[in-house]
Amino acid sequence: MKSLDELRQIKERALQRKKLSGEGSRARVVVAMGTCGIAAGARDTMSAILKELEQRDIADVVVTQTGCLGLCEYEPIVQVQVGETEMVTYGNIDTGRVPTLIEDHVVGGAVVEAWQVKGN
Amino acid sequence: MTIFRDLSQHILDIAENSITAGAALLHLTIEEDSGTDGLSIVIRDDGRGMSTEMVAQVTDPWVTTRSTRKVGLGIPFLKQVAEMCGGEFGIVSAEGEGTTTRATFQLSHIDRPPLGDLTGTLLCIVVGSPGLDVVYHHHTGEGDYDIDTRDIREVLGDDVPLSDPEVLAFIRGALTEGLMAIGSEAAQSG
Repeated sequence: MKSLDELRQIKERALQRKKLSGEGSRARVVVAMGTCGIAAGARDTMSAILKELEQRDIADVVVTQTGCLGLCEYEPIVQVQVGETEMVTYGNIDTGRVPTLIEDHVVGGAVVEAWQVKGN
Repeated sequence: MTIFRDLSQHILDIAENSITAGAALLHLTIEEDSGTDGLSIVIRDDGRGMSTEMVAQVTDPWVTTRSTRKVGLGIPFLKQVAEMCGGEFGIVSAEGEGTTTRATFQLSHIDRPPLGDLTGTLLCIVVGSPGLDVVYHHHTGEGDYDIDTRDIREVLGDDVPLSDPEVLAFIRGALTEGLMAIGSEAAQSG
């Protein structure tokens, strides 16, 4: 049974991690969550991103969402920005593509050009 | 039938409207009642609300506040699926007073989409919108499950966000256990 004690322990561990890694986030991942995105599976894509980061024990990547970007034919859309580099927009990111996206771009810093949607 | 495969995606879609409206607090109440053969979903937010004119038009697919496309399909499709499943749909809103969306269904209706992955939807809402708190109440014939993210924030304090991976895992576990404990249909998904 989940308890507040467990939550307090989680808090302590998180504060410890924060102390070690410092303030700020290494990268930002944005998932488009408009009606078109949800219909294309964006929620499952976001779940896969969160699970992938959890499995890799990555705690300094911020994951947020945004509304419809007007690129409905490319949904699910995921945007990745590592550090101060340019934000890259990716299209058709289903759950199958998430591990590669995290591995190559979020962790490795290399843009996955095959999935990039340009001219946004 | 509908643009979403299950009701948890409709709930996420409506919650996105609440987020766009600047909500800080979202109330999600789901009731599965096999006694009355009813399922009800109510989503109430404290966002900026809509004018009387907007409320009257919002179920029209050609009416939307987004600038990227000319259609807003989420609300019209939720209304359609509720009505096609022997239920009702309603939106109550006023400027500055938030919006309440209510959809009911005949629980056993053959066309009624499953509740789906409610845990996934709630985590998505919690992670994607750091400024939003969720009060979730789920009732079945076997009991009630309640979770209030404000309680979690109180324990965590200001320095640890709800989106911390371990916190998310905690919330995911709590939701899964909670829904299983009350025998919700949603416990089988996600």
